[in-house]
Amino acid sequence: MTLVMFAVLLWAVGFGVNVMLANGPARDTGAVRLAVPLIFGATMLGMWELIVRGTQVPTVILPPPSLIAASFVGNLSTLWGDFTQTILKGALSGYIIGCGAAFLTALLVDRSDYLRRGLLPLGNFMAALPIVGTAPILVMWFGFGWQSKAAVVVLMVYFPMLVNTVAGLSETSAMQRDLMRTYAATWGQSLWTLRLPAALPFIFNGLKISSTLALIGAIVAEFFGSPTQGLGFRISTSIGQLDLGMVWSAILVSALSGTAFYGLVALAERRMTFWHASYRGGR
Amino acid sequence: MSEDTLGKKSRGKSGTGWPRWLRLPPVLGMVLALFALWYVAVVPMNVKEVLTAAERAGVAVSPPSAVERRDMGNWALVMRNTHALGDSWSSDRPKLPAPHQVLVELYDSTIDEELNGRRGIVKSGTLSNRSLVYHAIVTLNATFLGFVIGTVLGCALAVGIVHSRVMDMSVMPWAIVSQTIPIVALAPMIIVVLYSIGVQGLIPKAVISAYLSFFPVVVGMVKGLRSPDAMQMDLMRTYSAPTTAVLWKLRLPASVPYLFASLKIAIAASLVGAIVGELPVQKGGLGARMLAGSYYGQTAQIWAALLVAAGLAAVLVWATGWMERRTLRKMGAKP
Repeated sequence: MTLVMFAVLLWAVGFGVNVMLANGPARDTGAVRLAVPLIFGATMLGMWELIVRGTQVPTVILPPPSLIAASFVGNLSTLWGDFTQTILKGALSGYIIGCGAAFLTALLVDRSDYLRRGLLPLGNFMAALPIVGTAPILVMWFGFGWQSKAAVVVLMVYFPMLVNTVAGLSETSAMQRDLMRTYAATWGQSLWTLRLPAALPFIFNGLKISSTLALIGAIVAEFFGSPTQGLGFRISTSIGQLDLGMVWSAILVSALSGTAFYGLVALAERRMTFWHASYRGGR
Repeated sequence: MSEDTLGKKSRGKSGTGWPRWLRLPPVLGMVLALFALWYVAVVPMNVKEVLTAAERAGVAVSPPSAVERRDMGNWALVMRNTHALGDSWSSDRPKLPAPHQVLVELYDSTIDEELNGRRGIVKSGTLSNRSLVYHAIVTLNATFLGFVIGTVLGCALAVGIVHSRVMDMSVMPWAIVSQTIPIVALAPMIIVVLYSIGVQGLIPKAVISAYLSFFPVVVGMVKGLRSPDAMQMDLMRTYSAPTTAVLWKLRLPASVPYLFASLKIAIAASLVGAIVGELPVQKGGLGARMLAGSYYGQTAQIWAALLVAAGLAAVLVWATGWMERRTLRKMGAKP
């Protein structure tokens, strides 16, 4: 019971510090902006640990963070194998193929008005469908290896990426396009110097949405069959063994790689679209 | 999905001024092209099984041994055996069923099963547990429950975030980070954990649906609740309106367009959550149907379930869009 009391106390302290920081004089500095969510996260972790220990929740239901951390450190090599199998082989290759194909299709669609009017409504429709459902079919076609996971990822990222790129390519104003025409710019020149840069925010939006979808596709596809490696495989088999520490470690790996993947894309976006209104002149 | 995602998504480029009847033919053309491609793809995908069946029926097949055929490319087999491919579109256990086979399966497992089956609604009074109608309703229940929970919680959190600086600074970054995590990976664990503490049936699936539909709503609603401009907020201040009045009379009405933009994303996400949530427990639902189909090699069954899921998603998104148009028109936003 004392541990639960400690948890309440910890929450009060964390919340108090956050209130002080958020309403204090330094509230708009970068350090405070970083510190407040970090304190919040640390408080939550601490409360989780204390409450789980204090009320003696069975580890089968919810293991404390310390146990997850121990399991994570103890199984680093296994988890690294799962990481390469699922993220590097399955998700990343599918992501590159899918986004590349969608980009090329978008260029093709851009050249033909008929294709645009035919493909865009279809793309919008497909982007809302539960494409994860094709996973069992693709696993049946491409086998249990990483190829089937990549195929699921390709299908999942293709349509959001296509819709975003096409929308981005039509982002320029008539005035700007007319200017290019007065320069007698070819389609390629005007694409490279005007329309691709203008489309970049949309393209990156598609890339960011796709980065999350890619991991989801790769992990869910492993529930339908996989070699004895991979994050989805690890999650489903470790649940069977009630090894919840391992399950949470695998989830931690997928969460970390998902965040890192998204962060990298967002970083590239910031570097390449520094001129865009959302990055100019601070927040 | 970052904060600006919804804004960019909501102003799509669909209304380019084409009249409605001119917009349809290109789409139909694309759909027809897709079906044609599908029919063509059926031949190389199924060629090995079809040739084996033809060989058993006594037709001469070009490399006569199945071992040789196994190592050959599918297209090469098609080219060398054009005379023996007649059964490609009607084989029993195809790798890729032809569209009409899927449609037949769809008819068999919905209308035919309910009207003529021993367990169907006509003969037994309850929906057959072999019919996709039953499974679709199971999935829909979880989808709706999760969607409602997620939307209500999301709106509540958004109101909290808009009114409290501390919550904004501490919760919002985590909400955005959580979007980058493949949440669906948690699905089997959530179900097993809830099962072990005695919760089963609808709730575990709805929890996953709620989780997936929660964040689009939070992000959209925060944006929407902050959308009234300084002039409008100042007017409320000159009335010395209390915070609740500002919320009810200004912020909430102003957030409705943003809410619907997120609801359309949320309902689709909610359906995906329900389907994935059905994978670990084989207690009915479209996801369970797909997994069963993949275990027993019943491809047509998977495709039929997939088709129903796609139809559901389309109807749900369309219905949300219809409600959006109606509500906005009632509120006088659009002519």
